[in-house]
Amino acid sequence: MDTSSPLRQAAALVAREFAAPHAHVVDQEARFPIEAINALKREKLLSAYVPVELGGAGAGLTELVDIVEILARECASTAMIFAMHQIQVITLVRHAAGNPWYVNYLRELVEHQYLIASVTSEVGVGGEMRRSNCAVEVEGQRFRLVKDATTISYGAQADDLLVTARRNPDAANSDQSLVLVRKADYMLEQKGGWDTMGMRGTCSPPFLMTSSGDAAQIIDMPFGDMSAQTVVPVSHLLWGGCWMGCAAAAVNKARAFVRGQARANPGSVPPTALRLAELVSMMQSLRTSVQACLTEYEALSAADDAAVGTLTSMAYSLKMNNLKVDATQALPMIVSKALSICGILGYKNDSKFSMSRHLRDAHSAAIMVGNDRILATNANLLLVLKDD
Amino acid sequence: MKIRKLNMSKEQIRQVLKEHGKFSAGIDALTDDADLYEAGMTSHASVNVMLALEDAFDLEFPDRMLKRSVFESINTIHAAIEELTV
Repeated sequence: MDTSSPLRQAAALVAREFAAPHAHVVDQEARFPIEAINALKREKLLSAYVPVELGGAGAGLTELVDIVEILARECASTAMIFAMHQIQVITLVRHAAGNPWYVNYLRELVEHQYLIASVTSEVGVGGEMRRSNCAVEVEGQRFRLVKDATTISYGAQADDLLVTARRNPDAANSDQSLVLVRKADYMLEQKGGWDTMGMRGTCSPPFLMTSSGDAAQIIDMPFGDMSAQTVVPVSHLLWGGCWMGCAAAAVNKARAFVRGQARANPGSVPPTALRLAELVSMMQSLRTSVQACLTEYEALSAADDAAVGTLTSMAYSLKMNNLKVDATQALPMIVSKALSICGILGYKNDSKFSMSRHLRDAHSAAIMVGNDRILATNANLLLVLKDD
Repeated sequence: MKIRKLNMSKEQIRQVLKEHGKFSAGIDALTDDADLYEAGMTSHASVNVMLALEDAFDLEFPDRMLKRSVFESINTIHAAIEELTV
């Protein structure tokens, strides 16, 4: 990972000074990592992807994935919140920058460092992002939108919300629009709690959202197109950064543990070193698969035919789905192996080698956005894909 | 003759869409260039449409054609089938 750019250095500072010191309490109390998120705002990292001409840093996706990893090494919840926010910003920059309302909004986002939460899940459709029950109701220049969301990560702490809904009350479930709603224009009624095994700081309970706004906030492009070209691949890649950081944190504890054993008895290679060699190889495979997909996506999304080319193909969906499934299966295996290397010191919660939080966070990867659903999608795609 | 053949295959495409597209409303009202995804065809249903088209026209869509823009309307599907059958 390249750590030299100013944005990466800023992220390293946030991770070290504001994420790491509170990671334990954030996890214990399942509370929002307010210190780290405020620090990310101070460093203007929430607008990192916004183009320079709109006041942002003009960062690329690769840089953001690195930042997510840097944060995840210290606090996976902070990293996941940052990743989820960036998915929203990237979607707006790529698909709404032709709309004057959004140009203005992105400038404001740079100035005020708004944190955007995503509202895609819904009672009745669950986590299936490409279907909605709720619909945008437009009357004159205003719209109204009510959504019963099964989960909104950092919903209570976000500034603005980016919401999927049927284009209008007559539209089919899959004919969706994406709409940004502003803090002053929505109300959230929390309908449940967030007491989970891991990723506890993301604070993702269910909410009933009631909102309104200017019709200009309804993005023209169908959500299905944005989803294929941007939302899905960018999500898997940014989350990939989170999985790498979470894995690296565990692997680095195992490395330190083995080095400690070696120092205690110079001249003999401790038996755990062999397991460590296997572990580091697993880590490298995870990194390689995320990196390969990231490099390919950067090229495809910059190409002239991005809107109709490979990104919109079934073969590409299959590939990104495989990245998600592979990476999220690998992550808990990596952390478990790191735990077995550290033994009782990894098992103890009050040891510096404790794996508890990493292991619990790691298990979220395959469960939140369930791998079985992704595999079911791939099973369907493989009925027509031919690898020709 | 050519026009008749063209209309016939578009009719066959409509038939396949009717049986496998899982549209909430009927598709009779849809024009040949109406957006099928907007009309409610999901990605999942589009796979069934592809399978049924491969069967009905006795052809195989290569992977390069298996993308959103190729299956977004009766006209685009028809163009793809034409390309594979000439």
